[in-house]
Amino acid sequence: MTMNEATPRTQGLNASAMGVIAAFVAGAFWSLYTAIHAYDAPMRFHALLFTAFFVIGIAQVAAFRPPADRSQYNVKIVKYGVVASVFWGIAAFLVGVLIAFQLAFPALNFDTSFLNFGRLRPLHTSAAIFAFGGNVLIATSFWVVQRTSRARLAGEIAPWFVFWGYNLFIVIAGTGYLMGVTQSKEYAEPEWYADLWLTIVWVVYLLVFLGTLARRREPHIYVANWFYLAFIVTIAMLHLGNNVALPVSLFSSKSVIAYAGAQDALIQWWYGHNAVGFFLTAGFLGIMYYFVPKRAERPVYSYRLSIIHFWALIFLYIWAGPHHLHYTALPMWAQTLGATFSVMLWMPSWGGMLNGLLTLKGAWDKLRTDPVIRMLVVSVAFYGMSTFEGPVMSMHWVNGLSHYTDWTIGHVHSGALGWVGFVSFGALYCLAPWVFRRKQLYSLVLVEWHFWIATLGILLYITAMWVSGIMQGLMWRSYDALGFLEYSFAETVVRMHPYYVIRATGGVLFLIGALIMAWNIYMTARGRVRSGEPEVLAAPAGMAI
Amino acid sequence: MAKLSHEKIEKNSILLLVLILVVVSIGGLVEIVPLFWMKSSIEKVEGMRPYTPLELMGRDIYIREGCYVCHSQMIRSLRSEVDRYGHYSLAAESMYDHPFQWGSKRTGPDLARVGGKYSDEWHRLHLADPRSVVPESVMPGYPFLAETPLDARHIRERLEADRAVGVPYSEEMIAHADEDLRAQLAPGGDTDGLIARYGDKVQVRDFDGNPKMVSELDALIAYLQMLGTLVDTKSFKANEQDNDR
Repeated sequence: MTMNEATPRTQGLNASAMGVIAAFVAGAFWSLYTAIHAYDAPMRFHALLFTAFFVIGIAQVAAFRPPADRSQYNVKIVKYGVVASVFWGIAAFLVGVLIAFQLAFPALNFDTSFLNFGRLRPLHTSAAIFAFGGNVLIATSFWVVQRTSRARLAGEIAPWFVFWGYNLFIVIAGTGYLMGVTQSKEYAEPEWYADLWLTIVWVVYLLVFLGTLARRREPHIYVANWFYLAFIVTIAMLHLGNNVALPVSLFSSKSVIAYAGAQDALIQWWYGHNAVGFFLTAGFLGIMYYFVPKRAERPVYSYRLSIIHFWALIFLYIWAGPHHLHYTALPMWAQTLGATFSVMLWMPSWGGMLNGLLTLKGAWDKLRTDPVIRMLVVSVAFYGMSTFEGPVMSMHWVNGLSHYTDWTIGHVHSGALGWVGFVSFGALYCLAPWVFRRKQLYSLVLVEWHFWIATLGILLYITAMWVSGIMQGLMWRSYDALGFLEYSFAETVVRMHPYYVIRATGGVLFLIGALIMAWNIYMTARGRVRSGEPEVLAAPAGMAI
Repeated sequence: MAKLSHEKIEKNSILLLVLILVVVSIGGLVEIVPLFWMKSSIEKVEGMRPYTPLELMGRDIYIREGCYVCHSQMIRSLRSEVDRYGHYSLAAESMYDHPFQWGSKRTGPDLARVGGKYSDEWHRLHLADPRSVVPESVMPGYPFLAETPLDARHIRERLEADRAVGVPYSEEMIAHADEDLRAQLAPGGDTDGLIARYGDKVQVRDFDGNPKMVSELDALIAYLQMLGTLVDTKSFKANEQDNDR
């Protein structure tokens, strides 16, 4: 790099730092003003949180000195992402365990407002999807896009704004739920101001990602990045489409959604199902396409299959939303479209699964010797299982039984725990030695324990939910010999109890597994290797581009 | 061929971005847009009206506490559902619901037509301690609702926001929001204005049994007691051309 090139770049950075500081100063004043005039306590609290964020942000940006040597990958941001992922994962699983026990033992609601199931359930789902899953996606995408583009992450302040800004969104959303701030749209519960903030963060995320692609030294954009890009772009579209809302006042935490009734329902599930399709599927397929071949040291099984399955998957997924609304007041033509496309979706889903699994061709023995690759491969197997179960449940005659029951919850968790959880854990185990610059993980034996304990937990969870869901669905529609409904609703609730206990136990096991992982990653960060561990080299040693 | 043409896309991030956007837009456009202009999306029924201020406040509490997490408000067109809960839900019945409350899970029963099924007294006991009236229940208790005064300081702005997104609140309804809220809780008081604005089906009584305070429980029970009571489903003609969906 010549001096001529270097100089304007440095100036540009200073100018952008000034711009960020100016925006943060404006943000600090506005949020403080809002805090003073807030209509309600949650709004005041959140406005003060924003103020604190902006003030700390100003200090941080003012003190920020970009590294002189930009020929290295930006690894630090990924390191922070790994830590945040582990932290939020445990938080999400912990709240999940609590609410699972609340269903078995309602006294655990403690008769309070902020700890009741209705407020904690969104806390659990958002913590799992957006806090844990989101941080995993941001961390891995920042790693993958740099490595596969052979370029340093675009921007110096921008990636940090994405990281801290996103985590601020998480804190705003989570504390909001506890205080009863919610739009009541599932997986889109955060209120208008959190939504606006996320929009800003997300646009910067897209720009960082695109900017890195733009400076890539590889002619081709690697397949994992197609999936990450589809995830970022489509989530932006869904988020903007679903959250069109009018605040009661700029000083109120309450807003009303622009749509009503049947239209709102369809838009919500267009969003909701594609939060699954693009956040929990496309994004994590990006992880699969990088980490499985990397860890197996084999190329992706089929380039052509990845092209077909990518475009087919993103095209078909969007149509599937109405299957959440079968037999409801949504017009039948929309339901039928949703069901039809859901069934078609089975094909590209399994195309992706096969592409992931067959990448192990010639390296199957690693399933025995390397628990990390086993975790990754089992995640893909769970993906295959839930993407088969999904189309089955989206057909009217199955959905008539399964809808409103725990079967849906079981289905979601075979995807969430088995697919999203395991593929994330696999990626975190790969990343830990890389980002902390250690030779290897603290312990593969502990990964082995994590794998088996968590797998047992998942099996307990989903089998319990299958039984309780199908049983309750059948009881709801059961008639006696005289043509009357056989069971009252309360009678069906009693019968769920043992399965709720089994499910909660499964959740405890899954949580224990995550705690083992946290310990393992912590010890890895400290540079320890457990005595008696076989020596393995955890791939990319070089940090230079 | 696929390989040849795809090479262009995977070498150009902006082209990739644009194509992704096009491909993911199609499904949503085809399914969602017609719902807004096809008249048959919402059935023609009589009786629908905007929520009274008190009911609307109750609905906001219902949302705040996450009731939708465990209770649906959508009776599907299946025999066992109609036998258990009543006439299947019509799209028209949630036409003023911003956002909708159809729900997705029934840890507890459907509430679309719970209005009038139980007494106020039952609701008071049930919300404070669900197992005192339904021993099998796993519902959390909400004893704090009876003790928390209803915060209706911004009721007018609340109604205005709903009007801005299409709920037909009149000028008069908004101007009298405060007194209508109180009037609905005071039997024997001056309820003429309230009834003139919202119809004579509006239920007027002291829902929480505590005349000394306008509580959150007042609002929530007022909301629960009107659910599913507006439309006379017996007069609904499913086979009429207007309702053929």
